[in-house]
Amino acid sequence: MTSTTIERPGRTGGPGTGPPASTSARRGRFRVRITGSAIGDRVYGAAVTAFAICVPLLLLLIAIEIASAGWPAFRRFGFSFLTSSAWDPVKGTFGAAPAIYGTLVSSLLALLLATPLALGVAVFLSEFAPRAIRQPVAFLVDLLAAIPSVVYGLWGIFVLVPVLRSPVMPFLRDTLHLGGIPLFSGPAYGPSMLAAGVILAIMILPYISSVSREVLLAVPRSQREAALALGATRWETISGAVIPFAKSGIIGGIILGLGRALGETMAVTMLIGNRPQISASLFAPGYTMASLIANEFSEASGDLHLSALMAVGFTLFVITLIVNGIARWLVWQVSRSAGGRAG
Amino acid sequence: MPSLSRLVAASLVGSLAGVAGACGGAGGSGSAGGSTSSTINATKTPNAAASAGGGSTAGAQLTGAGATFPYPIYSRWFAEYATRTGVKINYQSIGSGGGIRQLIDGTVDFGASDAPMSDEELARAKRPILHIPTVLGAVVVTYNVPGVTQPLALTGDVVADIFAGKITRWNDQRLAALNPGVALPPQDILVVHRSDGSGTTYIFSDYLSAVSRTWAASPGKGKELQWPVGIGGKGNEGVAGQVKQTPGAIGYVELAYARQNGLPIGTVKNADGNFVTPSIDAVTAAAAGVAAKLPPNTDFRVSIVNAPGARAYPISSFTYILMDRTARNANRQQELIAFLRWALTDGEKEAAALDYAPLPTAIQAMLIARLDSLQTPAHA
Repeated sequence: MTSTTIERPGRTGGPGTGPPASTSARRGRFRVRITGSAIGDRVYGAAVTAFAICVPLLLLLIAIEIASAGWPAFRRFGFSFLTSSAWDPVKGTFGAAPAIYGTLVSSLLALLLATPLALGVAVFLSEFAPRAIRQPVAFLVDLLAAIPSVVYGLWGIFVLVPVLRSPVMPFLRDTLHLGGIPLFSGPAYGPSMLAAGVILAIMILPYISSVSREVLLAVPRSQREAALALGATRWETISGAVIPFAKSGIIGGIILGLGRALGETMAVTMLIGNRPQISASLFAPGYTMASLIANEFSEASGDLHLSALMAVGFTLFVITLIVNGIARWLVWQVSRSAGGRAG
Repeated sequence: MPSLSRLVAASLVGSLAGVAGACGGAGGSGSAGGSTSSTINATKTPNAAASAGGGSTAGAQLTGAGATFPYPIYSRWFAEYATRTGVKINYQSIGSGGGIRQLIDGTVDFGASDAPMSDEELARAKRPILHIPTVLGAVVVTYNVPGVTQPLALTGDVVADIFAGKITRWNDQRLAALNPGVALPPQDILVVHRSDGSGTTYIFSDYLSAVSRTWAASPGKGKELQWPVGIGGKGNEGVAGQVKQTPGAIGYVELAYARQNGLPIGTVKNADGNFVTPSIDAVTAAAAGVAAKLPPNTDFRVSIVNAPGARAYPISSFTYILMDRTARNANRQQELIAFLRWALTDGEKEAAALDYAPLPTAIQAMLIARLDSLQTPAHA
């Protein structure tokens, strides 16, 4: 970095001004004054810090704004806003429990369905697939993430829901005799928690699989070779040496998918049946917080109704924060224990 | 290599020049836009030029927001009015509730709503708001009953009991009594309603509240309800799609949507005891039945569900344009009045072609007189 300490000729005694630098400066054309670089660094540092602060500040402002808009509903209904199932805009009583339940259950269902599939795709692509197949398949899986959610919704209405209604739901309930379990009981109308869970699973699959694939590909070759050298089979190598090494990254991918599932609105609204009730059956219609807001916000004109919708928004915000916090903690735990084992 | 880089540089410069040229062009049109906006500013100050030609000033601009239901005909009206008079009207179909909110906040020149503003909303506006009916809408009952091809006959209390979950099978004896000779299957009824807040739901629940005392008590009427049974579909297309796909389903959609998509439609018994097939004439007849009883100083916040009249279709409603009674901006107010006068006379003639029911002539005359009373002499 000595080359940057070029000084104006005639000025002497500047900090770090070595003889070679002053000779080069005397050539005249390169009289660049960079002694003020400390100021430039400070300005640059301040600017970048300001940018960095902007993002959490924005988050904070959003939280404050939504919370204050939702405050009248929280104050009016208290804790029962989160536990009551009565959502009656005509009478002005609002309870968000079914929507909270629906958001959590549909997202959980999506994770249960998507995670094994996405992991399978990732393992195949990173461990088994020849290079010629890996790239196109990876591209196609990633392409799932580029489809707009309203298109998923339309596909759900015209393809997924009819398929669920006629072969899938009766098959689960009657042919497999699962109808005795509350989870698979009741009439099969089509639009249901199950439909929402399946569409969400398809939508979050590319997120989980592409993160997992990259993480698996980043596992050092020596890790695999060491396991194989010990006489491990291919399956033992993958399950015992590769996946544990990539665990924290894979969990990160799953969390990314969960975050997407919690907030997804359009496709879910089109398929979940939009009924504010808590039902044990996956065949029954349900509701999610995001759908509730999307459905009712544009026509809500009463102050309390608007406030209740904002309060639902704040609740969704907080739940997402909590879920992400847990996820971070999980990743941290796993990576720490993995690091401990590696070291 | 040097020649290549020079080539790249040259093409870059060329394209930059092109961009600069395009910018120049955009700047030119931008300044043209600026001149139009200056004419808008000119219209704000009442001067001789602005009031020429029946209150229509070329380049004037109005903004409105609200209901989605009348959007197709409103956009037709706005386009045609712009070519005739040069007055541009920007309309955002963000929903009735949003339209009311924006009018109360004073961010638009007019709002639009399928349901009249409630007393609470009017109180919040803190200034008098006028309701100007523009066209009529109707809601029809559509269904998917396997094996039934002829239109089903329905009464208000039967529809209310179906949507309340009290009648649960298609071969219920009350349905069978209304439809002698129709082979109704022993199938469960699936109720499909709107999940999004909607004027359609308001009209439908307004009707059910009018014909069923138990419905009026609960769930009542509104743009969103706590539905006793059923599943929610988003928009007319969501409800219609669900009904079409599910054997045994029943739902409600706008008349225009049902006509354009050829859905099966039930006939409904009206206040005079006749079973009426929903049609544009039957909807206008419902408004005409109510018009005869309106006092001259009415604010038009009247329900026309279950209206009297032999041919009146009972699930009908006005859709409104909402405006300030006292102008916030005198010139824009006069522009809006001039537009409404045109819409209520020439505009109404186009309604039927777009599957909207035009207002009966009696109500058109009342509205024109009302608008005339608001017009200042300079614009008359």
